[in-house]
Amino acid sequence: MNIKHFHKAASLDDAYERVNKSRHHAIIAGGAWMKFSSRELEEVIDLSDLGLDAIEETKNEVIIGSMTTLHAIETSEILQALFNGILPEAAAQIVGVGLRNVLTIGGSIIGKYGFSDLLGPLLCMDAQLNFHQAGKMSLEAFLDAKSSINDVLVSVHIPKQNGKGYFKKVRKTALDFAVLNIAITKTTDQFKIALGSRPARAILAMDAMAVLNGYESLDNKQIENAAKIAADATTFGDNHRASKAYRKELAYVYVRRGLFMLNKEAS
Amino acid sequence: MNVTFTLNGRLRNVNIEPGDYLVDTLRQLGLRSVRRGCDSSSCGVCTILVDNKPVPSCTTLTARMDNKTVTTVEGIPKEASLLADEFGKQGADQCGFCNPGIALSAYALKLNHPNADETMIRHFMVGHLCRCTGYVSQTTALKAYLEGKR
Repeated sequence: MNIKHFHKAASLDDAYERVNKSRHHAIIAGGAWMKFSSRELEEVIDLSDLGLDAIEETKNEVIIGSMTTLHAIETSEILQALFNGILPEAAAQIVGVGLRNVLTIGGSIIGKYGFSDLLGPLLCMDAQLNFHQAGKMSLEAFLDAKSSINDVLVSVHIPKQNGKGYFKKVRKTALDFAVLNIAITKTTDQFKIALGSRPARAILAMDAMAVLNGYESLDNKQIENAAKIAADATTFGDNHRASKAYRKELAYVYVRRGLFMLNKEAS
Repeated sequence: MNVTFTLNGRLRNVNIEPGDYLVDTLRQLGLRSVRRGCDSSSCGVCTILVDNKPVPSCTTLTARMDNKTVTTVEGIPKEASLLADEFGKQGADQCGFCNPGIALSAYALKLNHPNADETMIRHFMVGHLCRCTGYVSQTTALKAYLEGKR
């Protein structure tokens, strides 16, 4: 990648103005994947000096600054308290501490990467994104949007909810991308199931969630049925890591396992 | 463009291209302990410390180093020597190509988690690939290195 100019943003307004000046201007988050882009960039805009790297909590939500590193997420006590700490658990499995000191939550979201291990847990926790100009929108709506957004992601907001969580990353080696990742959360009578690295990006398994929601506790038949629906109704693909059929089988096994675990903890 | 940062305890002002990566800048400054491995943040060989945190220098833009503190193995001779002793006792290296990166992560571990147990050591060192020795002898050496400081 060729970069002609590097600019440290002085404010969010400054960053917004510059990124909208040209399609050859781009915001740099962690920057680890940017190197592999073939884009010619007139200007790279760095948000490092804007204080967007804090994890804070209010009475109702946890707010993660967009430049917060994955290592900070991994070690955050605030995030450990949400849904069994599935977000720190997912972050902690991404390569090594060195890379996690560089990668940011903002970059993981804006890139809409298929291999992302964070998108599934964030979807299951009802994450909202706060953009400088566009304001708040759900992560789900952002991921579903076909067009790209030329705005500055300021923070990620996770509502505080009482609930449990399950996360599983299936991979071949410790440093590899996932063959499939599975995130499940359970509040009182609501389940959320997300499947990522299919190899396409994470999505919610809506049909499976629909048959579970409204129940505080599940029997074995309901769990089997929901796991089967999650595997059947979700689209999987082939790549060099695994076949579509293998991913489908993994989805069935681990959704069932996760639901059993959460159901057992709830009863 | 000009970037000013503290490198191994000394303030440096360097003239760089906006797209320059730290691994190249540091090597051009004569710091040959910083090595290019996978060139994609996956092997740990190029690890350096920025504000005492390990980061891969192969995907870190030098332009982002303004006002930061950068440390390579050349900046921690005493710690590197202690670690080399422990690695020697355990036969924990062979070709030595991965050692500078491992030494810097080990030093960061000592700074941030001086009482790290074996589980923490293993977790912290994930991402440093060694194709000569395996990791048991290295973990033993790192435990001894940390215990020496306690």
